[in-house]
Amino acid sequence: MADIKPKIRLPKDAKKGDIVEIKTLVPHPMESGQRKDSKGQVIPRKIINKMTVAFNGKPVFEAKLEPAISANPYISFFFKCSESGTMDFAWTDDDGSVYKASEPLTVA
Amino acid sequence: MTGTSKLLTATAALAIAAGLAACGIEQSKDKAMADSGDPIAQYKANPKFAKFIVGEKISGYVFASPETQAMQDDEFENPGMLAVQDGEAEWAKVEGAAGKSCASCHGADGKSMKGVAVAYPKFEPKTGKLAAIEHRINLCRTEFMKAPALRWDSKPLLGLTAFVEYQSRGLPISVKVDGPAAPFFEKGKEFYYTRRGQMDIACAQCHEQNAGNSIGVENLSQGQSNGYPTYRLKWQSFGSLHRRFEGCNQEVRAEPFPRGSDEYTNLELYVAWRGNGLSSEAPSVRR
Repeated sequence: MADIKPKIRLPKDAKKGDIVEIKTLVPHPMESGQRKDSKGQVIPRKIINKMTVAFNGKPVFEAKLEPAISANPYISFFFKCSESGTMDFAWTDDDGSVYKASEPLTVA
Repeated sequence: MTGTSKLLTATAALAIAAGLAACGIEQSKDKAMADSGDPIAQYKANPKFAKFIVGEKISGYVFASPETQAMQDDEFENPGMLAVQDGEAEWAKVEGAAGKSCASCHGADGKSMKGVAVAYPKFEPKTGKLAAIEHRINLCRTEFMKAPALRWDSKPLLGLTAFVEYQSRGLPISVKVDGPAAPFFEKGKEFYYTRRGQMDIACAQCHEQNAGNSIGVENLSQGQSNGYPTYRLKWQSFGSLHRRFEGCNQEVRAEPFPRGSDEYTNLELYVAWRGNGLSSEAPSVRR
């Protein structure tokens, strides 16, 4: 699962004081742990259980994900722009690996 | 009808006259309803759909719900783009005894594939048969990469198909049906007009004679293939045109042909020809 490439969309023309929508999507199977394979064996749970977002090092958004969330979780949230900076995204998998991504946010 | 029966209690002569008049009114009412309620005419009149309609040919996009259309329009929300992403990774992956990847011959960014997919299916001299884009990818793998062929609708093959199709997004479908492809085209056409299954229904009965009408809660499209491979909401996954054919065949309670079979490939050519000129929308989103 090393090749997971999250998709992120930040607004390009944000102005100071604007409330903007930030969209994220991670390709991930989100295996719930409730399903069985063709032999009747339980398919072990493997989901992204946590998502955190920090702006200029300061946490701005955090979400706890549960097994009922569908594959390729698409999460968007609203953010009030005050300054330009970098937004750091991190998704934590059940197996402990963390998928990271950073995007610059320019505020006019 | 209540009006007619009331009149019947008065005099027989009057009743006949009234009945005839009512009949006339009903006929003209039906005609008026058809004029204003014809969905095809409404689609054509809607400027929003202009780029999805060429003459009498209407893309499946037009028949989809506004929510589905919005999903396709936004590349971020279009789940088909995940398949394109998968395909991009596959494109660069070295496989097989020859130690090559797709990128070794065709370039890393896939731009060389622009305009390729819209001409498929086409006659493949190496096999002497018609080849869909999936066949061509597998031929490249077995011939040049010395790698095993990929299973139809497997994740890597769907990804590669989506990646190659994506390079031609927006270009008009332009399959050739003359020359060596002609006999295959005729077979595909025959398939399209052949009634099959317990329901005894041919493709044409739904998608030619009844496009725009409803079948239960579903809206019948013209069955255009310009959006395939597609992310289909019913499947909750990305899938090939042959998978869709299989579904159609099952719906008329016919035994489906295998995906990648000659029958479906011939049909794919005929269906693609019906949509010649429509813009390629792959990866599209369909219900």
